[in-house]
This record gives sequence, structure tokens and C-alpha cells, in this order.
Amino acid sequence: MLLRLEPRGEASRAMIWLTPVLSILLTLTFGAILFAALGFDPLRALAAYFIRPVSTLYGLGELALKATPLAMIGVGLALGFRANVWNIGAEGQFTMGAICGGGVALIFHDTEGFWVLPLMALAGIAGGMAYGAIPALLRTRFNANEILTSLMLTYVATLFLSYLVHGPWRDPKGLNFPETRMFNASAQLPGLLDGTRFNLGAIVALLVVAAGWLLLARGFIGYQIKVVGQAPKAAAFAGFDQNRIVWFSFLVGGGLAGLAGLIEVAGAIGQLHPRISPGYGFTAIIVAFLGRLHPVGILAAALMIALSYLGGEAAQIEMRLPLAITGVFQGVLLFFLLGTDVLIRYRVRFGRPATSRGG
Amino acid sequence: MDFTAAVLLSVIAAATPLLFAATGELVTEKSGVLNLGVEGMMLVGAVGAFSTAAATGNPWLAILVGAGAGAAVSLIFAFLTLSLLTNQVATGLALTLFGVGLSASIGQGFVGTPMRPLPKLAIPGLSEVPLIGPLLFGHDPLVYLSILLLAGVWRFLYRSRPGLVLRAVGESHEAAHAIGYPVIAIRYGAVAFGGAMAGLGGAYLPLAYTPMWIENMTAGRGWIALALVVFATWRPGRVLLGAYLFGGVTILQLHVQAGGVGVASQLMSMLPYLATIAVLVLISRDATRIRLNAPADIGKVFHPQA
Amino acid sequence: MTRFPGLRHLVAGAAAMAVVAAAAGGVQAADKVKAAFVYVGPVNDNGWTSRHDAGRQEMEKALGDKAEKSAFVENVPEGADAERVIQQLALSGHNLIFTTSFGFMNPTQKVAQRFPNVMFEHATGFKREINMSTYNARFYEGRAVAGLLAGHMTKTKVIGYIGSFPIPEVVQGIDATTIALRKVAPDAIVKVIWVNTWVDPGKEADAAKALIDQGADVIMQHTDSSAPCQVAQERGVWCVGQASDQTRFAPKAHLTAIVDEWGSYYIKRAKAVLDGTWKSEDVWGGMKDGFLSLAPFNPAIPADVRAKADQAVADIKAGKLLPFAGPIKNQAGAEVVKAGESIPDDKLAGLDWYVEGVQGQLPK
Repeated sequence: MLLRLEPRGEASRAMIWLTPVLSILLTLTFGAILFAALGFDPLRALAAYFIRPVSTLYGLGELALKATPLAMIGVGLALGFRANVWNIGAEGQFTMGAICGGGVALIFHDTEGFWVLPLMALAGIAGGMAYGAIPALLRTRFNANEILTSLMLTYVATLFLSYLVHGPWRDPKGLNFPETRMFNASAQLPGLLDGTRFNLGAIVALLVVAAGWLLLARGFIGYQIKVVGQAPKAAAFAGFDQNRIVWFSFLVGGGLAGLAGLIEVAGAIGQLHPRISPGYGFTAIIVAFLGRLHPVGILAAALMIALSYLGGEAAQIEMRLPLAITGVFQGVLLFFLLGTDVLIRYRVRFGRPATSRGG
Repeated sequence: MDFTAAVLLSVIAAATPLLFAATGELVTEKSGVLNLGVEGMMLVGAVGAFSTAAATGNPWLAILVGAGAGAAVSLIFAFLTLSLLTNQVATGLALTLFGVGLSASIGQGFVGTPMRPLPKLAIPGLSEVPLIGPLLFGHDPLVYLSILLLAGVWRFLYRSRPGLVLRAVGESHEAAHAIGYPVIAIRYGAVAFGGAMAGLGGAYLPLAYTPMWIENMTAGRGWIALALVVFATWRPGRVLLGAYLFGGVTILQLHVQAGGVGVASQLMSMLPYLATIAVLVLISRDATRIRLNAPADIGKVFHPQA
Repeated sequence: MTRFPGLRHLVAGAAAMAVVAAAAGGVQAADKVKAAFVYVGPVNDNGWTSRHDAGRQEMEKALGDKAEKSAFVENVPEGADAERVIQQLALSGHNLIFTTSFGFMNPTQKVAQRFPNVMFEHATGFKREINMSTYNARFYEGRAVAGLLAGHMTKTKVIGYIGSFPIPEVVQGIDATTIALRKVAPDAIVKVIWVNTWVDPGKEADAAKALIDQGADVIMQHTDSSAPCQVAQERGVWCVGQASDQTRFAPKAHLTAIVDEWGSYYIKRAKAVLDGTWKSEDVWGGMKDGFLSLAPFNPAIPADVRAKADQAVADIKAGKLLPFAGPIKNQAGAEVVKAGESIPDDKLAGLDWYVEGVQGQLPK
């Protein structure tokens, strides 16, 4: 084989920081060629993607708004992924959180009070947790594969939301359109900065990132997760309960996704309707891996992915760059980000294999 | 054509794209690789097939191109996961994102182009026998191909030496490598086969099922195909069963609605998913049977130590 | 290259604009129209969004050098993203913004409140501001003609109807079809399948097959793809297309299609911005206003039936034929609209019941 990988003795500290830079440079180069080939001015297009969206305070607020659910869900999922628990259904847990939290807002639609929002947050977390508990139960009790059950439950949750807003939860004054009434003021997240949509959710996301970091670095359960993920046999030997890890992963992942769902509807949207999520739960899976399953990395990845969405919009507005091209560009960005990670633990060599060099 | 035959024909047509894609993914997973990019590969296969048919008018060439296009994008996944050792779950999801965008860009010029569907097999005399006639002889060629390929995969996996090797690689790459099997090369092949099959499943949509091209026309069928593989506990026969069962429940809920039963349509649409979960739980309760068929090393990164 | 102003400029600018707007009482004539469109689907979906985009192109052509190149953003999710897209379009100097899906209503309203000097037009909604109009088409007028055609062409007396979501617009279509149908064929019924999607060719095809298997020989659709018509063609039954002319997908089966026509409205509104006569309105345009048309009738339809359909079109345009004129019975057989009356617009806008002849219950 022409291309060969030699393991490094230990992960390269330099490469941990260099690979994201390298992959972004590669993406920029690829993007420039792609845009030029399609007849667009490459520099203008790249500026539209990466600079324009964040050149204003409003844009920064939007970046935070878009990254918030990705980072929160991503951190929750990463805990499970580290322990090889494959929760693919965060989208459903997000939706359930929005339904339960939003439901509280609807019950108290004519009541003002400081306690409404905290109650909604609790309901959102509980909804996401409960929905995450189903695949956990099916996995631990009936051995059913959690990738499949959590994915199927996502469709069910989306349809359930659609049923609610078309039927029992419809806005009585909304001419039978599929949406609930708008939440009242005390059921909406307060804005933090005038002229932007920067809200409390972004702060919560930062706290979640910090908590995730602490848990993994210091917590005993974080340690257990690592061991179960990296050396399941050793974990069994040490008496770590695999089922407990499954439950923990799904409850935390589901709870955070549920909270993210609640933040989305109580923040930017302000009501329930059938399309509250443009696929945050699925995108967050990629975000978790781009961030190398590390909370700080996930935060960076969430910002990066959010920026690429904002950039796609800016490129459409400014240059009529078709959205489909944005999809290709995003895909390639992900390929480069994922692919270059190999440099952290391996050296790339070309040519015939050398004699083994210990590693 | 009588009612039962007509309904069964609808079920089979609905199941065929799932069957292609799930059969391919089954082989990929049996080799120890989990490729979640089925939806993306199906879309690329679909647009490849449609654009070829529109340009050349040759449906057979279109089928080939559909399979080739699916295989081609699957090789991106193979290179990343097998040569660059990236995580398979994340790379598969990225592949879907890429495939959606790529197919939409290629297909832009083809929206609104009508297409003649693949002809149905029609054997004079035989096709007119009630029920059995249309059921056995009333399909388009791709339906037969999907079943033939499934049978071929079964024979390959369980009755041939290369199939045994492929399963061994999925079971334990370390052991297979130690014996001297080219683990990476075998997995490249399995991924490419999965891609080609997903491409065929995608090609079925614009060539036979709904002869047109439209962005995102797979509408989640790639994800269903993935689910079917697990649902089938990695057994080819059960993939067939699962695909037809899923198709059956989907069509059934439409008939219940058309019959005027007053249940919210959203709740009805949940049925296929809930049924899948229920059957999965029933099948999975017996842990040993699952373990017997599930490739043990699925999704794990392999780098041969020199 | 336009640059987005910094926040301080933005806030100051918005305040200044508000003052100006208050002083001028709303609208001033503009030198040029810089229009923008927010689309819910891909720009070439051969359905809802392509029809809006066709209208956009007609508008650009008609205005010539009075229009700057218009912008559009496709596939905009109806969640939190919509507000940002609309805001960015307002920020980047567009002075007339069309948002073309119901789900954009609240985001459009929020942004409209922030940009008093930008005119907003929201399709299919019901919330308005001093600088935000709503517009929609009386699609049911086309359905009434389609129902008439179906009544003459059906042999099985069963009509299959593929619905997307049970919102008033779709229910209006089902009821208008059924009323017109049963004037011609009093014992005919309409079977409805809801597919919970606007576009999914496979699912739409499955629904069409199921309806045909249950005896329908005319397939109507309130979804966007050409799949139902293709199935109808294959199975030798009739179909009525939606949003755009589907004849080339099903030349034999295609009776007609209800075609969305937005161009004339877009031209009118852009001119109003140029003249300074733009006012916030609630426009619900019908065939006489050019908001919708019927695709050419299938030559296979007998000449006398075609003549009746043409007459119906003329009568609807003239206001002589009201699609919701009484007597109308509900499913229980009770007369809910008396002869000589008609369902008024405000009731129609929230229509949530089936008329007699529709099978099944409307999901509530």
C-alpha cells in the first residue's frame, strides 16, 4: 500500500491543535476550487461563509443561538459514546423535552410567575430523560439494540408533536393552523443583549460544557465510563455495572437533549409547532465526534458547524450560491475534520513499509 | 387485478428499495463496518441513475450507473474509516449530509423531467392467473434482482469460503489478521458492495417506483434500511421478511385511513416504527441468538500492528 | 459589496427609521425595489416553491431596471432559523420581503416590528402589521372545477384525495371538491388519506395506489409531487395535479391541475413599493385576480363536460358561482348552510369540518 500509518508512541500534543487548523485550510482550498469551478468568486464566497455571519454582534448572537442546542446535546451524547452506548435518538429526546416543557407553558398560559420557567426546564429535562429511558430499558431489560430503538422513537416523537399541535394543543385562536398559542412572557427565556437573540440558553450550554468536563475529569462515573468504553473486560472485572452505565448515558443524554429542546422553544421560537428542530439531534452526533468526545472540543465543533449553516445562508443571500452546494461543502468540511484526526496518533508514511519501529 | 394482488404488489414495490439497501448494509456490517451513510448513498445512486436514464434513455445503463455511483461515494467512507481510522458513526452521518447535498446539486437540472418507468415483466397467460399471476410475474426487473441478490448474499455468506472469511473478519479482525487475511481489503470490498446496493435501492425510486427526480426523494428510507438490518439480527432471510413487513404495515395504515377509520393520521403513521420496536424486543429477548449473528467487531477501528 | 452594519449603527438606524416612519405615516416611494424571497422548500421542487420562484422571475422581468436583482433563500427551516434569515435580508437592504410558508408567520412578524421601513408579505398566514401584509390564493375555486370534472368522469363514484396536513386550506379543497362533485354525481363519495408530508413521492404514490385499490378512479392531491398522477396514469385512472401543470408526467390521466400563479401579485406589490402606495392588506385572491389557473383540460374529456368546466370557471370569475354556496350538509346530514347563503371568508379561513360525502373523520 502506498499510504501507510505508523502509530506514534503517544498522542501528539502538537497535532491535537494542528489538525483542526490543517483541516480548515484543506476545506478552504477545496471550497475555493469548488466555488471557482461553479463560476462563483471564491474569495467572496469564503468570506460570506466564514466572516460575514460573525462580523456583527447580531451575527454572534445568532451563532450562539445555533450552537447552543448542538453543544448541549453533543456533550450529553459524548458521555454515552465514550462508553459505547449508541444513543442515535437525541432528536426524539429533544422533541419530547420541547413537548413536556412547552406543555407546562401552555398549562400556565394565563399565569405569570418567576417559577414558570424553572418548572418548564424541569419538565423539559424530565421529558427528555423519560424518552431516553425507553431505549435504556429495552436495552438493559430486553437486550434490544439501542441504535435502532432510539432512532425509531425519534420518528414517533416527531409524529406525536405533529399530532399535538394539529389536534389537542392547537391555538384556539389560530384558525386551526398547526401551532400552539405563543408562550406568555414569563414562559420565555429572557434576552440578554438588546438587538440580538442572545439568551440564557447560551449560558446554560456553557455550564453544561463545564459540568461535562468536570464529570469526565474528576467524577467516578466519568472514570467508569472511560474504562467501560476502552476496556470492557477490565470494567467487568472491576465490577462496574454495564447496565448502570447504559442507564446513566441515556438519562444524561436524554435529559440534556430535552433541556435543549425546551430552550429552543422557550427561547427563539416561543411556541410549539411541527418543525421546531432542523435536525439538531442528528447534527449533534457529528458535533460530538468532531469535538473528539471532549466537552471543550464539542463546544468548538458546535460553533464551527453553526457557522457553516449561517455561512450557507449568507452565501445564498449574497451570491445565490445554491443550498445544495452548501451541503457538499459541509460534507467535505466534516470529511477533512474527521480524516485529519488520524495525525494525532499516527504518522503518515508513503512508500513501502519500513521495518517495525516499535510503537 | 383483484384487490389482494394489487395490495401485495404495492407492498412489494414499497419494500424493494429497502431490501436492496438493507441487503448491502448487511454485508457491510457482517464485515465489521457500520456505515450510517445509507441515505446519502441511496440519493447519489438515485440521481446517478436518473440522470443517466434521462441522458441516454437506456434504463439498464442507468441501473449500472446508480450502483456505481453508490459504490463510488461509499469509497470515500471506506477511505476515511478504514485507511484514516475515523469513527464510523460520525463518518457515516457526514456521508449522508454530503450525499444529500451532492445529489441535489447534480439533480438540479432534472427536476420536472418525466421518465418512463421500467417495464413490468408480463408473460402472456401466466401473468393473468388470478392472484398468483401478477404476484409472481407482474413486477419490474429490479424486484426480481433484489430477491436474487439477497439469495446470492445468503449463499455467499453461509455457503462459500470467501463469505466465511468475510464473517470471520467481522467477528474478530485481530484473529483474521493473524491468520493472514487482508482485513482492510475485505472491508473495502464489503463497504463498496453496500454502497452499490444502496445505489440500486436509490435507483429503484426514480426508475421504477416514482419515475421522476426530486431533491431528497428517498425521504428517510435509508434510515429504515439500517433499522431493518438490526431488526433482522443480521440474517438475510429476516431482512426479506422485515422489508416486506415494514412495507406491509406502511401500506396497511393507508388502507385503514382510506377506509375511513377515525384515528389521527399521525398516530397511524407511528405504527411501522412501533411495530419495528415491538418485533425487535421480541427477537432480542433471547440474547444468545442475537450474539450468534451479530458481528462482534462491528464499528471498531482496526489498524494492523506490524 | 453590502456590509452588515454593526449593532450600534443598527440600533441607531432602527430608531431613526422608526422616527421617520412615524413622521411619514409609513411608506415612502422607493427608487428601486430590492425584493427578497424566503422559501420553505428547494427552489426547484416543481411544486409550491418553484411556483413562487416563477412569480419572482416574472416580477423581475416586469420591473426591468426598476428592480435590483432579487435574493432568495431556499429550504429555510421553520424553526428558529427563519427569523435570522428574514432579519439578514432586511439588514442587507432589501425593501420588500416575501415569506412563502405558513410557518414563517411569527418570525416575519417579529422582524417586521423591527424594520418599519421594510415591507413584508407573508403567504397563507393571518397576522398583519402596518408593514406586513398577508396574501393567499383561493385554491378551492380550482378544486370546485376539479370536483365537477371528477363527477362527470368517475365511473366508480369514488374519488381518492391525498391530503398533506389537515389545515384549513386543505380542508377547503376537500369540501369544495365534494360539493361540486355531488352536484354532478349525488351518490359519489370522497376517500381521504393524510400523508403528513408536502413532498414524499414514494408515500404519495403508495397513498394513490391504496385509494385506487379501494375503488377510486379519480385521484386528487394536495401534495406537491407528480407521483400520484404517475400512478394514476399507470393504473388507468384519472388524476388532478396540484401547484403546477403535471401533464407531461401523466398525459393520459391528467384531467387538469390547479396551478399557483403568484407573478401578477408580486408585480403589483413591487410597483406599490415604487409608487409609495404600498399598504398593509389581507389579500385572498381567486381565479379572477389571477392567483390560480387551471392547467389545460385533457382532450379526452368530452367536449360538453369541458364546456361545463369552462362555464364554471367563467361563473366563478364573475362571482356567479360560489363554491361554498348552500345548501350544504355536514357529514351527519344536517343542513349547516342554508340555500341562498354561503360560508363567509372568516369561517372559511378556519374551516375544520367535512361536508356530506367525505368519508372518514377529520383528524382533530
